[in-house]
Amino acid sequence: MNLPRWAITTISVLVFLALWEFFGRDVNPVFGSYPSAIAEAFVALARSGKLWTALFQSLQPFVVGYLLAIAVGVPLGLVVGRFRTAEAAFGIYVTAGYAMPLVALVPLLILWLGLGFAVKVAVVFLMSIFPVCINTWAGVRAVPVTLIEVGQSLVAPDSVILRRIILPATLPYIMAGIRLAVGRAVVAMVIAEFFTAISGLGGIIIQSANNFDTATMFVPVVILMVLAIGLNALIVWIERVVAPWQAELAGRE
Amino acid sequence: MGEVSLVEVSKRFRLKTEEGEHVVQALDRVSFSVRDGEIAVLIGPSGCGKTTALRIAMGLDRATSGRVTVDGAAVAGCGHDRGMVFQHAELLPWLTAIENVMFGLEMKGLRGRALDETALRYLDLVGLAGSARRRPHQLSGGMKQRVGIARALAIDPKVLLMDEPFGALDAQTREAMQAELLDIHARTKKTILFVTHDLDEAVLLADRVIVLREGRLQEIMEVPLPRPRGDLAALRGTAAFAETRYRIWQALHEVPASGAGDRARGASDAASHSKPTP
Repeated sequence: MNLPRWAITTISVLVFLALWEFFGRDVNPVFGSYPSAIAEAFVALARSGKLWTALFQSLQPFVVGYLLAIAVGVPLGLVVGRFRTAEAAFGIYVTAGYAMPLVALVPLLILWLGLGFAVKVAVVFLMSIFPVCINTWAGVRAVPVTLIEVGQSLVAPDSVILRRIILPATLPYIMAGIRLAVGRAVVAMVIAEFFTAISGLGGIIIQSANNFDTATMFVPVVILMVLAIGLNALIVWIERVVAPWQAELAGRE
Repeated sequence: MGEVSLVEVSKRFRLKTEEGEHVVQALDRVSFSVRDGEIAVLIGPSGCGKTTALRIAMGLDRATSGRVTVDGAAVAGCGHDRGMVFQHAELLPWLTAIENVMFGLEMKGLRGRALDETALRYLDLVGLAGSARRRPHQLSGGMKQRVGIARALAIDPKVLLMDEPFGALDAQTREAMQAELLDIHARTKKTILFVTHDLDEAVLLADRVIVLREGRLQEIMEVPLPRPRGDLAALRGTAAFAETRYRIWQALHEVPASGAGDRARGASDAASHSKPTP
C-alpha cells in the first residue's frame, strides 16, 4: 500500500476507536468507558469551563518546569560530555538521577517547597532534566573527533568549539532527549497534582475517579496524551527548522 | 617567509591489543625542513608515521620528544601560521561553503565586510565562488576538498599542511585537483607539506620528496622536474617522470642498510601492530 503516512495513522486511530467503542459499551461504566461517552463527558466539562481552568492550571508549571529542564539540562550535558573532570565529577549524579524514584521523594519536596506552584515546577523539572542531559551527554561523545580538530587547527577557543561545533553536531541527540522528556514531564505534572493541592487536570482525574465517573476521568487522560503528541510534532518541526542539514544528511528530505 | 622544520621528532604511544600492551614507536628522531615556497611531499606506506608527523607539525598531536619550528621559532600547539587540509575535507555540515571558510577567518579576528570579501576571494581562488551558499552535502567530493583548501588558505598561513587530501577522490577528480593545487601554489607561493602514499602524486607535485619508513627518515630526494609543470598527463609520459618515480620506489623498497637492521626490525614489529593514521 502506498498510502501517505498521515492516512495510515488516521486509519489506525479510527480502527482503534471503533474497536474500543464496540467492546467498551459492554463494560460496566464504573470499570471502563468508551469513546462516545468520553466525548460527552468532554463536552460537559468544556461547557462548565472546569476543563479550561484545569488545563491552564496544569500547563503553567508544566511549561516552566519543562523549559527550565531544557535550559539547565543541555548546558550540563554539554559540559559533562566535553570535559573529563566534569564527567568524572557529575556524570554519576546524572546517571543516578535518571533512575531516581521521584514519586517517593515528592512528599519531601512538598515539605521543602509547600503545596503550590514551586513544587509542581520542581517535580516536572526533576523528571524531565535527566533524559535531556543524558542524551546531550551521549551526543557530545558521538561528535566526530575530526570536527573538533578542525576547530583546534583554526585555533578556536574551547568555548567556541563547544558552542559552534559540538552544540550543532549534538543537536539531533538533544532534540531526541527533549522529545523523550515530554512524556516524563506530562507524567510528572499529574503526579505533582495528585500529591499537592488537588488541582488542574490531575485534580479532575482524582475527583472523577472518586465519584466513579470513569468517562470524565478519561477526558484529562486523553487530553494529556494528545498534548504529548502535539508537543512531539512541534519539536520535530522545530528540529527541521533549526537543524535542516540533519534531515538532508540522512536522506529524509 | 614560511619554513617549517621537524627537529629530532619522536613519537611513542601505548597500544592495547588482545595480546597485551605495546609501546609503538611511530616516529624515531625524524628531522626535515620544508623550505619557503616549496612543495614537500611526505611519502611512505601506511603506518610509516607520515600522518603522525604532519599532525605533530600542525600541533594536533604532541611529540614525545623533539620540536617543531616555523621560521626558526619553536611552536607549541596549533597556530594561524599553519593551515591544515584534512583527508576528508571535514567541513562543518551545518555551514554553507562560504560560512565554512568564514569560520576560520572569524577565529583569526576578521569581522564585517572584510570577512565576507576574504572568504569569497578564497572560494573564487578554488573556483567555487558560484557555490558559496551550498551546504557540504550538496557538494561533490572534489568540491568539498576545494572548500577545505580555501578554508585553510584563507587564514593566510605561512605553511599549508595537507593530509592525503585527494586520497578519497576518484581518479579523474584527483588528477584535476592535483593540477589545481599546482596552479594555486604558483599563484600563492605557499609552502606546502603534503602527505600521500601515491608515488605518481608525489612526483607530480613535489619539489622534494621525503621518504618515511617505519617511523624513520629514509631519504630526501629532489624532483628534477621544472615548474610550471604544465600538462600533468603529458608529464607522466616523460622519461624524467618515470626515472624519478623509480628512484622513490627504490627508496621505499630497498632493504635497510646493515647496522640499522636490528632497530628497523624492532620498528617493523611495532609498525605492523600500529595504526597511527586514524
